Amino acid sequence: MLARLLLLLCLLAPLAARALSAEQARALADGDTDARIAALDAAVGANAPGRDVQLRPFVQALLDDAVKLTPAAVLVVDGEQVRDAATGAAARLPEDAADVVNNNRMRGALQAALAALDLASPDLAKRRAAVAALAAQGLDESLLPLVEKALAAEGDAALKTSLRQLRATVMVGASDPKRRLAAAQLLADSDDPGVRSLLIDRLAQEPDAAVHAALQDALARLDARLAWGERLGLLFTGLSLGSILLLVALGLAICYGLMGVINMAHGELMMIGAYATYLVQNLVRAWWPAAFDGYILLALPASFLAAAACGALLERLVIRHLYGRPLETLLATWGISLVLQQCVRSIFGAQNVLVENPSWLSGGLAVLPNLVLPWNRIAILVFAVAVLGLVAFLIARTRLGLFVRGVTQNRPMAACMGVNTARVDTYAFALGSGIAGLAGCALSQVGNVGPDLGQGYIVDAFMVVVLGGVGQLAGTVIAATGLGVLNKLLEGWSGPVLAKIMVLVFIVVFIQKRPQGLFAFKGRET
Amino acid sequence: MMSRHSIAVLGALLLVGVLVPALNLLVPAGSALHLSDYVVGLVAKIMCYAICALAMDLIWGFTGILSLGHGVFFALGGYAMGMYLMRQIGHDGNYGSDLPDFMVFLDWKTLPWHWALSDSFWFQMAMVLVVPGLLAFVFGFFAFRSRIKGVYFSIITQALTYAAMLLFFRNETGFGGNNGFTDFKRILGHPITAPGTRMLLFVVTGAVLVGFYLLARWLVGAKFGRVLMAIRDAESRVMFTGYDPIAYKLAIWVISALMCGVAGALYVPQVGIINPSEMSPAAGIEIAIWCAVGGRGSLVGPIVGAFFVNGAKSWFTQMFPEFWLYFLGALFIAVTLFLPQGLVGLVKRRSRS
Repeated sequence: MLARLLLLLCLLAPLAARALSAEQARALADGDTDARIAALDAAVGANAPGRDVQLRPFVQALLDDAVKLTPAAVLVVDGEQVRDAATGAAARLPEDAADVVNNNRMRGALQAALAALDLASPDLAKRRAAVAALAAQGLDESLLPLVEKALAAEGDAALKTSLRQLRATVMVGASDPKRRLAAAQLLADSDDPGVRSLLIDRLAQEPDAAVHAALQDALARLDARLAWGERLGLLFTGLSLGSILLLVALGLAICYGLMGVINMAHGELMMIGAYATYLVQNLVRAWWPAAFDGYILLALPASFLAAAACGALLERLVIRHLYGRPLETLLATWGISLVLQQCVRSIFGAQNVLVENPSWLSGGLAVLPNLVLPWNRIAILVFAVAVLGLVAFLIARTRLGLFVRGVTQNRPMAACMGVNTARVDTYAFALGSGIAGLAGCALSQVGNVGPDLGQGYIVDAFMVVVLGGVGQLAGTVIAATGLGVLNKLLEGWSGPVLAKIMVLVFIVVFIQKRPQGLFAFKGRET
Repeated sequence: MMSRHSIAVLGALLLVGVLVPALNLLVPAGSALHLSDYVVGLVAKIMCYAICALAMDLIWGFTGILSLGHGVFFALGGYAMGMYLMRQIGHDGNYGSDLPDFMVFLDWKTLPWHWALSDSFWFQMAMVLVVPGLLAFVFGFFAFRSRIKGVYFSIITQALTYAAMLLFFRNETGFGGNNGFTDFKRILGHPITAPGTRMLLFVVTGAVLVGFYLLARWLVGAKFGRVLMAIRDAESRVMFTGYDPIAYKLAIWVISALMCGVAGALYVPQVGIINPSEMSPAAGIEIAIWCAVGGRGSLVGPIVGAFFVNGAKSWFTQMFPEFWLYFLGALFIAVTLFLPQGLVGLVKRRSRS
């Protein structure tokens, strides 16, 4: 039955080049899936470039479920209009017309056929998309001639290579060992992660020794290239974690350096920043939906101000009165963190709230086939550097920065020189809190926003401060990036929990050598 | 010499130790004087917490070292006891296997190495002391040797308990993952929920609390305690007068950890569950607040504080669950701002004026 059908189709093929015959249309639309796919492949394979008049729209119509069957004709429904698939003449849709049902396999074949037809398109972008689609779908052997034809006609060098590799994925299963060998050598230059499983698959069933060796070689070379992608990916996630830790720890380090106060509510100030982002997002969506993609630009100052105001209030009302009692401050700020968490729970509910990425922050940048860097992570990396630059400028070049440095180094002496240390404390604490708010805004783009948002990062941020020492931004920067990368490296090797524990052990051992952290003021301990 | 306060507290504790079991067991259930099992369980739980608070007072109130990681010692003692209790379940688990249920669930065929001797009561009781003690010794040795103090030490102990919590959350660690141990049936062959067993555990807990209180009094009153307080007030001067503060700090640190371990071991059979949340940073810092609320630097204070805070907690979580964290947070702030000597200091100030 199948053979007869194929024979029929082969006879019909020259005709099909010009137009779709009624028999062909029926063979494509009616019958069991095997026969339909065979007919489809034959029709596509016989199609001469540039001359397909009706095949492509018909395949598209099949995919769109727009084809109906009657005993007499195959009809294509296009909105209100109904046409006969073969003649193109207008027709009426009878009551008893049956739908053409495509299962998933048939859909795959139809999509591959569309892509194969597009291989002959004069548009380079279309051809490129077609090759990518075929590579993703897996090329069927029957479509090989089409690829050969396209390869012969292709002028673009890069696309030619891709086509060759596409051809190789089929050829690697050919019966002729020579062709398999050639294919294996070609595939070694592929950088598609999907090729790896194909190679492993073939290795298991390859009888020929030379081809086997070539396959093994191809696999090794492919693995070596993919390994680079993985390594770079690991480095990137490490840097990304480091940039988040930097944002979180920066504010903490400023407050600690200045006042010797560890602010346990720092995580909750981040949470306030994240919820401020959430509110701004909702406001923008409600009042100015056209500018939704830009809401983040409004959310940044909002989260900074919200957290900074909170921090200033906190400093004035609580921390100021505990001056010189750092352990009590620690407990009091912990109490504040409990109250803030519960406040947010009462107002927004205990569930996480939804903060959407603006469209320009979703998706990613494909650097290597197996290395896609998400835009939101890249943005946070850049943002962290920008915040760092601003803080460095503020500390090094402004009057407030001068005062902050002075008070950090020697509080009584700075006071004697006429610095209003109390006011400097408030400003610096507000600044540190504001940076926490910015960190919260950044975190809302990569993680969940909920009442316990701050808890997840805060212990790590403390470790950054411990490791980096206080008084110099460089210590915080190096400690944050170092811990971020170290954490991710160990994570890949031993899993996240053991990695965290090893990092902690590392820190405890490290401060044996340098109790004051990486960078400390050389001077007397007060 | 005993002050009036400590005699009052000892008397109150002994009274609780006698009165609570009597009112629960001997007074009929309908009577107004009858204490429900719930109240007995609550008092037992709080007595365990009071031991922790006492241990915290020794290290914080008297030596000036704030540990936020005492939860880990408490939980380790609890886990050591829990392992024994899990083995005592025997075949009565849901799966009727020799192994504890969670191991069957993980499809383990044999006991992991660290469970090898867990069916021996005395071995596990030794572990209640050895494991927290050893961890405290190693950690304290390195931390004190490199002169980590103040908030640095506090946040590193917090990281310690956080890391331990993550470790115990893992199923592969072999301590039941995030469910921990529960469903205990027997202790030393006696059914664990029987009134007699419960009362015995209650009395033992009370006796341990009183014993530790006396021990702490003795330690603090002796020369050892004087040196500790000197370290708290001026560590460099202590060093310059020829003492080695590291040895003193390490000793009191380990003693404090051991007390917490014992508290954990008493807590588990009475509460009936132990899981990694006991090691969370929040649990560790709560111990400090019991101590602060009651009054640091007085041995009575932490016991009062533990009863006050945890009594308030169970009242709030029953009546107004959503306000408990507000109250606790406010307590943290109010006590540090207005009551540096805690409730005991307040009473003292009143009686003086």
